[in-house]
Amino acid sequence: MSPGIITASYIGASALFILALSGLSNQETARRGNFYGMLGMGLALCVTIFGLVTDNQFLLIAGMVVGGVIGWVLAKRVEMTQMPELVAILHSLVGLAAVFVGYANALDHGTAELTDIEKTIHAVETYIGVLIGAVTVAGSLTAYLKLSGKIGGKPVQLPGRHLFNLALLLGSIWLGVVYAEQMFVDGGMPALVVMTLLALLFGVHMVIAIGGADMPVVVSMLNSYSGWAAAAMGFMLGNDLLIVVGALVGSSGAILSYIMCKAMNRKFINVILGGFGSKPAGTATSVVGDVGDVRSIEAEETAELLRNAKEVMIIPGYGMAVAQAQHTVYEITKKLKNSGVNVRFGIHPVAGRMPGHMNVLLAEAKVPYDIVFEMDEINDNFPNVDVSVVIGANDIVNPAAQDVPDSPIAGMPVLEPWNGTTTIVLKRGMSTGYAGVDNPLFYKENTRMLFGDAKDRVDEILQFLSK
Amino acid sequence: MRIGVPKEIEEGEKRVALTPETAHQIQKLGFSIAIESKAGELANFNDESYANVGVEIIEDAQELWETSDIILKVRPPKEHPELGFYGVELLREGQTLISFLYPAQNQELLQELSNHGVTALAMDSVPRISRAQKMDALSSMANIAGYRAVVEAAQHFGRFFTGQITAAGKIPPAKVLVIGAGVAGLSAIGAAKSMGAIVRAFDTRPEVKEQVESMDAEFLMLEFDDEDGSGDGGYAKTMSPEFIKAEMDLFASQAAEVDIIITTALIPGRPAPELITERMVVNMKPGSVIVDLAAEAGGNCKLTEANKVVVKHGVTLIGYTNLPSRLAAQSSQLYATNLRHLLTDLCPEKNGELDVNMDDEVIRGATVVNKGEISWPPPAPRISLAPKEDIGLKAKEALAKPEDKLAHPMAFLIPLVACGLGLFGLGSVAPPAFIGHLSVFVLSCFIGYMVIWGVSHSLHTPLMSVTNAISSIIVIGAIIQVSSTNPIVVGLSVLAIFITSINIVGGFAVTHRMLRMFRK
Repeated sequence: MSPGIITASYIGASALFILALSGLSNQETARRGNFYGMLGMGLALCVTIFGLVTDNQFLLIAGMVVGGVIGWVLAKRVEMTQMPELVAILHSLVGLAAVFVGYANALDHGTAELTDIEKTIHAVETYIGVLIGAVTVAGSLTAYLKLSGKIGGKPVQLPGRHLFNLALLLGSIWLGVVYAEQMFVDGGMPALVVMTLLALLFGVHMVIAIGGADMPVVVSMLNSYSGWAAAAMGFMLGNDLLIVVGALVGSSGAILSYIMCKAMNRKFINVILGGFGSKPAGTATSVVGDVGDVRSIEAEETAELLRNAKEVMIIPGYGMAVAQAQHTVYEITKKLKNSGVNVRFGIHPVAGRMPGHMNVLLAEAKVPYDIVFEMDEINDNFPNVDVSVVIGANDIVNPAAQDVPDSPIAGMPVLEPWNGTTTIVLKRGMSTGYAGVDNPLFYKENTRMLFGDAKDRVDEILQFLSK
Repeated sequence: MRIGVPKEIEEGEKRVALTPETAHQIQKLGFSIAIESKAGELANFNDESYANVGVEIIEDAQELWETSDIILKVRPPKEHPELGFYGVELLREGQTLISFLYPAQNQELLQELSNHGVTALAMDSVPRISRAQKMDALSSMANIAGYRAVVEAAQHFGRFFTGQITAAGKIPPAKVLVIGAGVAGLSAIGAAKSMGAIVRAFDTRPEVKEQVESMDAEFLMLEFDDEDGSGDGGYAKTMSPEFIKAEMDLFASQAAEVDIIITTALIPGRPAPELITERMVVNMKPGSVIVDLAAEAGGNCKLTEANKVVVKHGVTLIGYTNLPSRLAAQSSQLYATNLRHLLTDLCPEKNGELDVNMDDEVIRGATVVNKGEISWPPPAPRISLAPKEDIGLKAKEALAKPEDKLAHPMAFLIPLVACGLGLFGLGSVAPPAFIGHLSVFVLSCFIGYMVIWGVSHSLHTPLMSVTNAISSIIVIGAIIQVSSTNPIVVGLSVLAIFITSINIVGGFAVTHRMLRMFRK
């Protein structure tokens, strides 16, 4: 196959990938977008395999088939509530692949004649690719462990961690210089290996210091890193397709991180440096009432309120995902809709553990997407809402973000159910959210607390509605 | 423990302390319940409906008093007109009485209860803190009184409340003035408003202005700078003479204009303030109506007669003191629910045993006799409101913080120039191939930036999984190197191919699975 055809196919593949992402702009075109993505990937793979592979075809095919089958099984088996974990583990695989490809290239960097400056650039490209790849692997695995609850969600902060990070950074730069000098002399392997270890350490250390509520940012950031790793590999191999895809994915993840940070009114750098919810909430907690001031409600009364309402807003949070309550919630929605109640869902951008997590859960429960609204679309409607039902959410409906200037979450945009007639909050107990901030919403006069496991309570509500 | 509910014996009292619905709920706390036959009849609850939820019906009132551990009533105990007993004398140690008791006015009753060694909780002494709102029977009753006041006014007012333009001419809307915007006042405002009247309200406490206006009524303001009529526990206090004069002038001018006046001004433990003088009544339009909710405490208008409707100077003055009883089914239901909430707090274990926990501020406040010991008046309630000035001050401080120093208008050029210099430096040393790749990279970043902003928020999870799949394009790098002669390179490449294949298939498949779930 001539190089021209290969390059032309790569251009086609790049275009298909761009179409794949732009297809996601709305639900109607999203599936076509995914199809474009597969087509682009298929095209790039076929051309590369048939055009550039001269040996070891059997190993190549075997690796692809075995890997493909595993991927297929994973995709079929995963629960929608576990999507954040799956995405994190997939990120780590991209990072790991980048490390392998980088090492392979470092061991066998071709025989082409290179000038000095080209050598240096090539060494730096390899070095950076492996570095980002290794950070991605370690960070994603740590995120996976946190998300799946195998290690605690609380931020773990070592003393002097900023100094430690700085030392790692300086060490990496120094090793980079060493590597660039040695790569074309004697391979420079020791420098590369030591740097890889440092990068792994950094990845773990960075993610472990970040609390559970910041996970959406972390997952998007790691998504971004996996893209930059691919782009660095593209530079190393002089392959424009990798560069294009890496840049697309990298900027995609970066934008997602930005959106998530904005939705929490946090600076990206603060999230990365970690430590949300680790300090005492200070005076913010002292102004809200004591536990006795909450008004509790039973499922039966809740069902009655819902039945008599005209406008109902459901605000799901991570608690709904944990309790697997989304299916029952949709059953309730259907019952209410059939009796003429207008039910809508209000989604906060950081509800859940990854961007868009709630939407996927609701979609899984067959909730039609045209009754699912974003915070900005729906916040002005609350004065018309008769009953808002908050299921397993806390910080995203905390009025302290607007009212208490020194609250740790001050300035974060929040949903405003308290502007409606009645708010019902389903919650296990009076504990604070991930931000560690008490929520004045629970003490408001038009708020009723429905305590207990979200799944049990919504099941009860459904029973009473069915009567 | 066994709860007994006697029939109310006060003249004209139609309420009952428990409804079948609340009885059912209270049984869940572990109590058994007995009720005197026909106790709920005047509030439209017959014996059968009580029996249906497992309440025992007892014919003999005396037996009921003697056999119950807890007596629930509405009114304070009183001499029975037919049977000639009084109730209290039948009580003994270990029994508990819960009802309205008005301990300030009924010292003798308190003493007698104490002599019999009983425990008594007064529903009217429940402290007015936010936690206790669910058992605040005074508020429940005031709400009903306010509503009923408007209904009574409408009954005696010879015109529509709402304005209309009909073929037979124009009808102006009635003008209603509500004095005192407490629970009863606000309820009256709401009722009058929903009947279509123009409603004005006055109160000495400026903080209720917002509540009045939220109900779409007009709040009448006095131009006084620093007099705030808020007393303890949400009640008003007595005002200065200058203030009262200005207030009376306002009422005089309003009286000539409005059709209906509803007065709800009460100061706890004192006779009701006189707000509507005889002169003002004379100046009112004939056919006007005054409903005086303070009639029992002497009335806000001296011409009012308690428990009667009188017409003086062409104005109908309504002085009913039993307005809640005139809406007996509703008030019984609310009162019973207040009782239920109190019992829930008194019985935290849900084992049917009373635990009069004197450390609990609400129970402490309501308990006027504890095991024969008079415990009234309670210590002053803790201030439940947060120091709001503090928050306000903080907010102001936060607002007053000067903006970070303004950026120089040309500051945006700095990064631009820096980038330009950086590129220039790079271009002067880097080989052309690298510059070519770099331009592809930079342009792709911009394309990515533009495309991703267009992605719907609800599709962010699929976006992540699909970008995951396509970032596995890194497999190309591995495929290029798999034909190497170096076995380590081959091994690494095959490993990379293997794991990226997991990613490619897994990423696309899971994206497909998710997108299939999104439906209209």
